[in-house]
Amino acid sequence: MAGTLAEKVWDAHIVRRGTDGAPDLLYIDLHLVHEVTSPQAFEGLRLAGRPVRRPDLTIATEDHNTPTLDIDRPIADLTSRTQIQTLRNNAAEFGVRLHSLGDADQGIVHQVGPQLGLTMPGLTVVCGDSHTSTHGAFGALAFGIGTSEVEHVLATQTLPLAPFKTMAITVDGTLPPGTTSKDIILAIIAKIGTGGGQGYVLEYRGEAIRALSMEARMTICNMSIEAGARAGMIAPDETTFEYLKGRPHAPEGADWDAAVDYWRTLRSDDDAVFDAEVVLEASDLEPFVTWGTNPGQGLPLSARVPVPAEIADENERVAAERALEYMGLEPGTPLRDIPVDTVFIGSCTNGRIEDLRSVAKVVQGRRKAESVRVLVVPSSARVRLQAEAEGLDKIFLDFGAEWRNAGCSMCLGMNPDQLAPGERSASTSNRNFEGRQGKGGRTHLVSPLVAAATAIRGTLSSVADLGADVVPPDGSPLTDVRGDLQHA
Amino acid sequence: MEKFSQHTGVGVPLRRSNVDTDQIIPAVYLKRVTRTGFEDALFAAWRGDPEFILNQDAYKAGSVLVAGPDFGTGSSREHAVWALKDYGFRAVLSARFADIFRGNSGKQGLLAAQLAQEDIELIWKVLETVPGTEVTVDLAAKLVHCADVTVPFQVDDYTRWRLMEGLDDIGLTLQHEAEITAFEASREAWRPRTLPAKHLPPVEIVAARPVVRTGDDALV
Repeated sequence: MAGTLAEKVWDAHIVRRGTDGAPDLLYIDLHLVHEVTSPQAFEGLRLAGRPVRRPDLTIATEDHNTPTLDIDRPIADLTSRTQIQTLRNNAAEFGVRLHSLGDADQGIVHQVGPQLGLTMPGLTVVCGDSHTSTHGAFGALAFGIGTSEVEHVLATQTLPLAPFKTMAITVDGTLPPGTTSKDIILAIIAKIGTGGGQGYVLEYRGEAIRALSMEARMTICNMSIEAGARAGMIAPDETTFEYLKGRPHAPEGADWDAAVDYWRTLRSDDDAVFDAEVVLEASDLEPFVTWGTNPGQGLPLSARVPVPAEIADENERVAAERALEYMGLEPGTPLRDIPVDTVFIGSCTNGRIEDLRSVAKVVQGRRKAESVRVLVVPSSARVRLQAEAEGLDKIFLDFGAEWRNAGCSMCLGMNPDQLAPGERSASTSNRNFEGRQGKGGRTHLVSPLVAAATAIRGTLSSVADLGADVVPPDGSPLTDVRGDLQHA
Repeated sequence: MEKFSQHTGVGVPLRRSNVDTDQIIPAVYLKRVTRTGFEDALFAAWRGDPEFILNQDAYKAGSVLVAGPDFGTGSSREHAVWALKDYGFRAVLSARFADIFRGNSGKQGLLAAQLAQEDIELIWKVLETVPGTEVTVDLAAKLVHCADVTVPFQVDDYTRWRLMEGLDDIGLTLQHEAEITAFEASREAWRPRTLPAKHLPPVEIVAARPVVRTGDDALV
């Protein structure tokens, strides 16, 4: 029978098929663990006297709470320190591999899996973190779970899961200069809404998706959750295989050949039926920014702040009024006129080496706007090392930015990297919720290119706003930043 | 897990849509390593506002939250469910729930009952007209009663059965351990293992330091 990519991966993992409305029991290939959502799960195991069933399919890293300065000193925040120490104790007690602060493989969990070659096509991947959808970029079925489910996977390496619906999101055409995969996903979320993907696994396809690098694909799948989706997926292809080959945990020899043979079958059949379909034209896209307090409240940068009185739907109107009040924005203001205090470049959405390269290309040889604080936080220690090997750190420092150690950082402000009340940021992260980046902080979600241009001009800006002189010293296009994190 | 068949308690009208889990419990409270004691963290950012619904005497002791659509979106944090439960909520009624939140609720014995938005509006009216009105959520009959309003709600059959029986998920799954072991024997060799760990050569990571600024370059 014809099947979609998601259905194929699901079917290959059914340990026990549910009957009478009971969910299927699915096997989990890879379980990623971090310090925030795991302590209570390990506590549950201990109370029940249960071991971790498969430590060899489990890997932990410290990311949400970790400071990005002074990482060789004791963590100043006592509760953060306790949580990280708890993970270290649990990993030692249960035999789980852990990459701690200061280790070269430490970093945001969704960067660490791919860079080690643990994330592969056709896997089921879970983590107690909603942005686990990132790993879907490889053609894995990857989704966030709650702490009870973390405990369930630790104890059984399986999860009982209710069936999902499938949605095809086809992005045709070619991205215009100055736009990135971040603009694609922000446009998709603005189109279908923060609840539009609920109950669905999204499959991104089409010419514009195929043309993206692995890292750009990760940005799209990462934000599937912001459309409410269970997961986002992209069928694996040569780009995927090329990224994986030679990574520390990638299959070798005959195993590699067998894997690639199987991975080539992981695509939706031509006659597969999706429960819903959405089509987007990439060549129509402009840089997108959010103006409100959920990721669906986004518009092209050339637009103006919406006027709530013009919104017909009552719920949406009230939500817009509340958002504008929180954001301190006047209806009708051109988005380009909004000044920001902080530019944050980082997170599991846009903190990878290609993101840092694209920012560096824009800011090289320039100075940031006086009034703006610029934070550059690589998604992992390896990304930081590579950026330094390429001299990007010097470019950022000369620009006036701060160059930090790896972690989730200001994306969610669990460490000291936070916005002050009323402070406004342009952020390459994934959520503009009230208080997300610090109590009272105001967040505009943007692409790395928009973040870079905004840091230069001080107001929300695209690269085009910088004028015709934005040609990187090597003369290559701004978006020509391909080349994965070194792994050979 | 405690069995849940019917619950009656004060209804709390929360006229907001898209209440994400960062609003239910801000990230700063996620640093705790315990499983209980999150009641002070529930809606922490809004609790400072004296007008906020839970700061009004009539609603303080509420145990049935009646919220706008798209409740529980965003972060997967299960702490959102713990905070609602620790505060005293037993059920949340909404026209639409985020998937992860709904799943987390079912595992913790918090009922996420899905109603039509127009029925939510009817209940909101009653609760706002007569603050302190009790709401009865009847899981056996899949009905909500509030004053003279009686409306149906949806919950999937499996979650309903588990809630009514008070069954623990891990225990249920481990009844099938032989099938899990058989499945494991059939997994292909290429599928990754995290152990033994493979690495690139270790490299020392240099700690970034705070930037000290002086004069014209000082940060505001």
